[in-house]
Amino acid sequence: MLDFPRWKIISIWLVLLAGVAFAIPSLMPDSTAHQFHLDGMSRINLGLDLSGGSHLLLEADTADLVKQNLQKMEDTIRTEMRRGDTKINIGDISTSNGQLSFFVRDVAQLDAAVERARAQTQAAGLSGQRDWNVAVVDSTRIVMTPSQAGTDASVDNAMKTATEVVRKRIDALGTKEPTIVQEGKTRILVEVPGLQHPDQLKALIGKTAKLEFKMVDMNVDAATLTAGHAPPGDEAVPYPDAGAPAGTPMRYIAVSRRAILSGDDLIDAGLSKDENGQPAVSLKFNASGGKKFARATQENSGKLFAMILDGSVLSAPKIDEPILGGNAIIHGSFTTDSANQLAIALRSGKLPVALKFIEERTVGPQLGAASIHAGVIASVIASVAVIVFMLVTYGRFGVYANLAVVLNIFVILAVMAILNATLTLPGIAGFVLTIGTAVDANVLINERIREERRRGRGIVQSVELGYKEASRTIFEANTVHAISGLIMLVLGSGPVKGFAVVLLIGICTSVFTAVTFTRMLTAGWIKRHRPTEIHI
Amino acid sequence: MRLLKLIPDNTNIGFVRLRAWAFGLTAILTIAAAVLVGVRGLNFGVDFKGGVMIEARFQAPPSENMLRSDIDRLHVGEASLSTFGNANTYSIRLPLPTATDEGATNRLVKSVQGALAAKYPGVIFNRAETVSGKVSGELIKNGLLAVFLAVFAIAVFSWIRYEWQFGVSTFVAIFHDVLVTLGFFALTRLDFDLNIVAAVLTIIGYSINDKIVIDDRIRENMRKYRQMDMRALIDLSVNETLPRTVMTSLTILLALGAMLIFGGPVLRGFTAAMMLGVVVGTYSSIYVSSSLLISLGLSPQLTEPRKKSGPPDGAERVG
Repeated sequence: MLDFPRWKIISIWLVLLAGVAFAIPSLMPDSTAHQFHLDGMSRINLGLDLSGGSHLLLEADTADLVKQNLQKMEDTIRTEMRRGDTKINIGDISTSNGQLSFFVRDVAQLDAAVERARAQTQAAGLSGQRDWNVAVVDSTRIVMTPSQAGTDASVDNAMKTATEVVRKRIDALGTKEPTIVQEGKTRILVEVPGLQHPDQLKALIGKTAKLEFKMVDMNVDAATLTAGHAPPGDEAVPYPDAGAPAGTPMRYIAVSRRAILSGDDLIDAGLSKDENGQPAVSLKFNASGGKKFARATQENSGKLFAMILDGSVLSAPKIDEPILGGNAIIHGSFTTDSANQLAIALRSGKLPVALKFIEERTVGPQLGAASIHAGVIASVIASVAVIVFMLVTYGRFGVYANLAVVLNIFVILAVMAILNATLTLPGIAGFVLTIGTAVDANVLINERIREERRRGRGIVQSVELGYKEASRTIFEANTVHAISGLIMLVLGSGPVKGFAVVLLIGICTSVFTAVTFTRMLTAGWIKRHRPTEIHI
Repeated sequence: MRLLKLIPDNTNIGFVRLRAWAFGLTAILTIAAAVLVGVRGLNFGVDFKGGVMIEARFQAPPSENMLRSDIDRLHVGEASLSTFGNANTYSIRLPLPTATDEGATNRLVKSVQGALAAKYPGVIFNRAETVSGKVSGELIKNGLLAVFLAVFAIAVFSWIRYEWQFGVSTFVAIFHDVLVTLGFFALTRLDFDLNIVAAVLTIIGYSINDKIVIDDRIRENMRKYRQMDMRALIDLSVNETLPRTVMTSLTILLALGAMLIFGGPVLRGFTAAMMLGVVVGTYSSIYVSSSLLISLGLSPQLTEPRKKSGPPDGAERVG
């Protein structure tokens, strides 16, 4: 038990050294780490409660997605049945009760209709199911129902795209290190450190982004226009003016109902400069979009066209000349900021499913800084108190335990840095508690040694027995601790999780420092000095 | 150097003798806590109730009534105010706005912050949180599930590792610890939020830790002294582990005390819960769970003999 081969001693010290080395970058302020070229080393992330920032939880409206799917299928069926040489006449098509049903006029074509409907379904999931079930009811009616596997797959798909779209929209804001992850099946977690006013972010994420390009009807006097009153073939759409003073009534412009282009035709939009060096927005269309845009600009030179996002005009520039290459530049009264905003709005794509904000937390930077400060002070005071207490109680063995506790703090930090774990305020509390309990192992061991000494055992035997008997108890106690830690990690959210991470890492590392490391120190001392009496 | 010894060597305190009193006290505490929780209820934070919480730090302590009427004037529903950490900082809780559009909660937060900033110059808004009813429901569910699972899993662990009596006694003692902690929160009306769930789970962990150490010693002694009377054996085990129990509890209390005083207001409720939990847990380890083993009919003859013959030469207790 007390025999430590040289290789073991060396590897124990190496592990501890590595622990200290990996912990150091996390203990430095950003600037210092930069100075010593440690930027590449993994560091502990600070949770939002410490760094300040916004935490938003979004949930997808899956019912809306199912409805969308039904509508898309309805469109598909309508075109598919009309396609080809033999048209299949259908009627009474409806999408109520979560299913698509339609009536086939000629019973002789029923089989062919089922065939065509089936051809529109796809395999979903691993069990060979289709995403839609096609059935014949009352011998003339075909009913298509989305299968569970089909809905799941569609939700899954939509969530992946939605997460990407949200990421793109937030990246476009240029905030530092945002976290955007899918949580569970239908949720997206967004964390943006440093963000104090999430309104802009929320507005950006919440946009469903239906982008259309329409011609402006130049014959309508904008002053007489109000919502819902437009000449036939036109519609009145709001054109918000960011620069207008508050209280100004909303202005409207009349646009043709028919869109010349949709958002699908736009590949990219970006910030650029016009020939005078003024901020402008560049547009890039795909092949068919480029053609459509070329035709529209040839026919309507000198007129205005409107870019309409979700029924509201983003911008209505004048067509100076026909644009043939599929690349356009919009310039005018832009500032760099407003041009950038327009570019973001144009390119950030369409959300496949509506998202709702179900949780929102914002922590101010002062509170975060105050919490870090308080946490560090509390940790230092707690450590000093525990160290003094151990020292006066166990003497030399207390020194060993204290060394173990201090090293344990470093090792926990190192493991957290390597795992890129996030330190939260409850995590700091976890640290303070780990300080308090890592010594429990040493208390158990030392008390056991005391006990064995009292029973009249020799020094070596007491120490050996102390470590052996206490190790079993320590193992059991740690198992129990790990059980509650794991439950917190799995079921807990936010603060509970942050606490559990530190707790679990602390349990594992404390076995190494408090048991193995102190045993090595004790064994070395006994071997070197062969004490005839120990004070414990 | 003379080392500090908090507990003298070879104590022989008759803990088991006191168990009638201890059980009585435990029952009273548990019932009182349950009644408190039932009647007064817990002061749930927005985590569990849903709603909007704004934490504001004022330059000088505001009058609570004034503050309330300032907020009432905005017609944003009934505000619940409580100081947070010091008299300058208030946590303002409001129900969710009735409008459900995306901007509704932001408008609410903005209007309250705007009104307060106009009336109290220099006010700083530390935090703003909005939790929808759906999320708060899940948080309650997961929190409760976590606590129950933890207690249950650990009781099962004790049962598998030792005899069933250990499982039952541990379960009863932990149940008591959790209820008393909840009772404390009902009594003080401290905010009960997600942090406190973490605290309760940790209390469970520590309390179990204590009980495992004592149970482990009881088990060890049951193998060693197979003819000893169970009462004497439990007293012996509790006394033998007493120095460790007291040392560890004191160390943790020292660390938590530092956290309570210097750790800042956000963690105060958390730390208070933990400190109470450590005291209650230590009490229930010493007085409740081990004595309960006797009432459950545990006896040394139940255990199998130790496979290896116990510790060598002179394993018997000296003195």
